Amino acid sequence: MAIRVENVNYIYGEGTAYKIHALKNINLTIQDGEFIGLIGHTGSGKSTLTQHLNGLVRASSGKIYYNDQDIYEEKFSMKELRSKVGLVFQYPEHQLFEVDVFSDVCFGPKNLGLAKEEVEKRAEEALKSVGLDSSLYKASPFELSGGQKRRVAIAGVLAMQPEVLILDEPTAGLDPKGRDEILDEIGKLHQERKITILLVSHSMEDVARYVKRIIVMNQGNVQFDQTPKEVFRHYRELEKIGLAAPQVTYIMNELRQNGFLVDTDSTTVKEAKDSILRALQGRRES
Amino acid sequence: MGIIKIKNLVHDYIRRDEEGNVEGTSRAINKVSLEVEKGQFIVILGHNGSGKSTLAKHLNVILMPTEGSVWVNGKDTAEERNLWEIRQSAGMVFQNPDNQIIGTVVEEDVGFGPENMGVPTDEIWQRVDAALRAVNMVAYRHHSPNKLSGGQKQRVAIAGVVAMRPQCIILDEPTAMLDPVGRKEVIETVRELNEKENVTVILITHYMEEVIGADRVFVMDQGEVVLQGTPKEVFSQVELLKKYRLDVPQVTELAYELKMAGVELEDGILTTKELVEGLKRYLLREKGKDREGK
Repeated sequence: MAIRVENVNYIYGEGTAYKIHALKNINLTIQDGEFIGLIGHTGSGKSTLTQHLNGLVRASSGKIYYNDQDIYEEKFSMKELRSKVGLVFQYPEHQLFEVDVFSDVCFGPKNLGLAKEEVEKRAEEALKSVGLDSSLYKASPFELSGGQKRRVAIAGVLAMQPEVLILDEPTAGLDPKGRDEILDEIGKLHQERKITILLVSHSMEDVARYVKRIIVMNQGNVQFDQTPKEVFRHYRELEKIGLAAPQVTYIMNELRQNGFLVDTDSTTVKEAKDSILRALQGRRES
Repeated sequence: MGIIKIKNLVHDYIRRDEEGNVEGTSRAINKVSLEVEKGQFIVILGHNGSGKSTLAKHLNVILMPTEGSVWVNGKDTAEERNLWEIRQSAGMVFQNPDNQIIGTVVEEDVGFGPENMGVPTDEIWQRVDAALRAVNMVAYRHHSPNKLSGGQKQRVAIAGVVAMRPQCIILDEPTAMLDPVGRKEVIETVRELNEKENVTVILITHYMEEVIGADRVFVMDQGEVVLQGTPKEVFSQVELLKKYRLDVPQVTELAYELKMAGVELEDGILTTKELVEGLKRYLLREKGKDREGK
């Protein structure tokens, strides 16, 4: 059991006129090896929640356990937690600062106090797993394209060898191909290295394609916590809270209303295609 | 001449060392020519680094051509005396709303542009009213911008541009940081400005769904316009778009996949309605064939 969140509340600006109750009595369990999507409108509390999970923000009340250890206990090492739970912020490329790509990725493990050989080994592995060509290792981060910079920033967190990786909108601003490449690599990390992944995203299409479980936040509450198919069945409610279902979900509902016996639970293009082909076959034979 | 005319535009970014000597150049725009008519809704697509934003920055003289010319509303951007006039006729909205809002109250932020232009106070307020109405944000006029959602902030940023009464608005990925409803609000606002106020719109985006309904689409790759046409024409080229690191809307992709699997559908389907109708027609034809077969 990786992370357990119990009755967590977080209040910004307590005691001032600007008090905001950002998290309201959150209860969640994240198991080892899960691939979870975290969605919610801007200001729903997603980022505040993720910052709790690696101890950047301390809950106003409630408890968080990492592998059954209370992270707010005095003897618990927050430093260790932050190396175990890696957080990739929005637009992480703004945080690149070293003279070249390789040194930038080395920065994290170096700070963990590891030997030089180990640091370099980890950096190389991390850069390889985000699919960055080795010819770019000595390039200045500022000479890279948007997608490449983003990869370097993710590699910087991977080099810490986290057990849990939280990515806050890792594909915002990337072109469609760059978006698919990064998500494929994240998917691979999950499959091959069994890293637990929490993906914060505004793209319902992306979430539907990759994750097994979706947590929907709304005004500081967890509104839904189910499989993608179950969550996107509530597409009317999702629209009311600033979200939507993937476009195919709407297509399938429309087809169904027009008499095609398709599966309205389809959330990816491939599922939709297969379901439509089956429905067409059925209609021809009827 | 159209509201925007670009002829053989070249833009080189020049890298210099600490002493100012040229270290190298990279060509971001390579001989682009295009024309935009007044009142059109234009979308520019292209992967990261394809030159879209560099092109957009020429339209309100944030950048000047290395070679070639750009005319906005008939004014050459290379002539310094045209600068303010061009910036008033072509307003720009960027990706991150937080970088564009400076006022502490919504209505003050929207009034900043016309105030800087020396518009009389009475008229500033008239313009602020009209601009807030156009983006549907009147109810928030006395709010603090930092308490708004992403989509609302971006609409305030658009109102700030609208209050300057530009003939043309250039939006550089205005929805990249927004949630689905925020994206929809912004795109609907922009469409309304185009339809009701006849403002020319140039939209740069990575969301293929936002292209549907545009008058014309330009696809850029390596600093050149490599494909142009109506959304239907452009999205008929599924494989070519993928080669340029782009995509098509999910409904277009689904129709394309079905077609590959033997279902006869027309190319470039853009809406759910078109797909439903297409499938109905297909089914009728197939049933007809089956009956003849028997």
